[in-house]
Amino acid sequence: MALANDIPLSSLAPNTAGSYRPARAQAQAGIILSVPATLLLVALVIGPAILVFFLSFTNASLGLAGIQFIGVANYTRMLTDPGFAQSLRNTALYVAVVVPTAIGWGLLVAVLIARSRFAVLYRTAYFLPVAASLVALATAWEAILHPSLGFANTLLQLLGASPVRFLSDPATAIYALAAIGVWQLVGFNMILFLAGLSTIPEELYEAATIDGADRGLKRFLLVTWPMLAPVTVFVTVMTIIRAFSVFETVAVLTQGGPMKSTSVVLYTFYEEGFRFFRVGYASAISVSFFVFVTFLSLVQMRVSERRARWKANGGQ
Amino acid sequence: MILGQSSSSRIVSHAVLVTGAIIMAFPFLWMILASLTPQSEIFDGSLLPTPTLHGAIDNYGTALSAIPLLRFMANGFVVCLAILVLQIAIAIPCGYALAKLSFPGRPILLVGVLLGLLVPVQIPTIPIYIALAKSGLLDSYAALVLPWIISVFAIFLFRQFFVTFPDEVLDAARLDGFSELSIAWRIMLPAAWPAVVSFSIFSIVAHWNDLYWPMVVITNPDMMTASLGIAYFRQAGEGAGNVGALMAGGVLVTAPLVSFFLLMQKHFIRGLVLGRH
Repeated sequence: MALANDIPLSSLAPNTAGSYRPARAQAQAGIILSVPATLLLVALVIGPAILVFFLSFTNASLGLAGIQFIGVANYTRMLTDPGFAQSLRNTALYVAVVVPTAIGWGLLVAVLIARSRFAVLYRTAYFLPVAASLVALATAWEAILHPSLGFANTLLQLLGASPVRFLSDPATAIYALAAIGVWQLVGFNMILFLAGLSTIPEELYEAATIDGADRGLKRFLLVTWPMLAPVTVFVTVMTIIRAFSVFETVAVLTQGGPMKSTSVVLYTFYEEGFRFFRVGYASAISVSFFVFVTFLSLVQMRVSERRARWKANGGQ
Repeated sequence: MILGQSSSSRIVSHAVLVTGAIIMAFPFLWMILASLTPQSEIFDGSLLPTPTLHGAIDNYGTALSAIPLLRFMANGFVVCLAILVLQIAIAIPCGYALAKLSFPGRPILLVGVLLGLLVPVQIPTIPIYIALAKSGLLDSYAALVLPWIISVFAIFLFRQFFVTFPDEVLDAARLDGFSELSIAWRIMLPAAWPAVVSFSIFSIVAHWNDLYWPMVVITNPDMMTASLGIAYFRQAGEGAGNVGALMAGGVLVTAPLVSFFLLMQKHFIRGLVLGRH
């Protein structure tokens, strides 16, 4: 109570700012300062998002002429169209390869770097792909993975293996793209794990040593892994969303081919919306994409909230 | 110390790290080597391309003359700068108002900003594209810049930064006759400098490297940005099939951001991690 008495009365007034400007003048200034942002938020983000939701129930094409309400037909088409099913399968395969590899590798690097004398050097190397232009580096990957004469195949042949037509074979193309995806995401996950590692108190490791878990895997399983759980949830959600949104490498290197083997959700959305101008159908795809991403973000928020509450109640 | 240390585990861990680091850096190394090697010798069956002086002159010459690479980069520069300046000009006053002024509609605006954070960037693009097409603005700087001048992330970031700013300083400024707008620009902007730097790096990297939106609104090569230009160069025009020149283009397009990253790593990492949260 003593604390409350120390707070001057004026700070309990609804005004967040001080009393040197009358409330009405302040309200006016607040409106003027926020009007440009408000208008643009409505015109460029929220308005179009709502519009997309409505368009997804219509047969709209680019001109919007003769637009008709067709109920959930776009959504049923999405669920029954073999082309879309294929791009969902491809995306799922891409996600299934990229997510565990990029997370596991990122975690491994972070744990090893944290005790290395050359930490800064390693961090630079692993983060390089995050900062660089993916389009330019994708073309370098393409040359490295050249079906007969690239570095990868020259190396394979030196080792006595037969060449692989990485990006031009329908059986391998999605995996080649996934490898590029992993290459681009490892450094980012590493940074997030490094931040998580730096918050683990040294005493926990000392306690673990007393309990006999003095090194290696035991220590990792007893202290590091449980303490990293919240970061891991966050990294997992981020990586799933990023992998699910794969676009650049597909657009530049394969355009969905060979034989539709790399057509993925966002690339299909791009083609339907901006190549074939099937606006209604593309809107349905993007609404579904939005629902999926939002669902994941909410799961992540729930998990970290629950954890925070558990901590506040005296958990570890 | 995360794992225990013994000399053998140390060697293994270094081996793992070095191998990974080589894989990470290899495409950069290969791109640089190939950009310096004559086109006919890049795929000659040797493991790595062997640079020669005339290969370098040839490739960079083609990248700069046969394809308008400098034009692509200038477009990219103009677009990134315009987007960044407008994003900050719009977000700083709004972030300040949301943090420090009470006005009708503030709670609704805050909810709108939070909702905006949930919307993936691709979602609003169909209606915006139709609007641009109907007003004849496709293939213009306006089409590249306009959809991105509102950044809900910037508003949210600046607002969070301003909330903890001491009210006493603001009151003193008001007593000195500062208007709210000049408080936003002359007191809040300098105070938010670290956040502005982080956001700027995030914004520039995102838009310099963006392929999706330029691909949607640009078909005229004169208006292409750096990333779209490289993608276009790969499959069309004089550059198609010329891997050496393509790699030279890649080096030129990648060099500005990578050198910035090497010079100011800490800011870069903070900006990119913050931006993708």
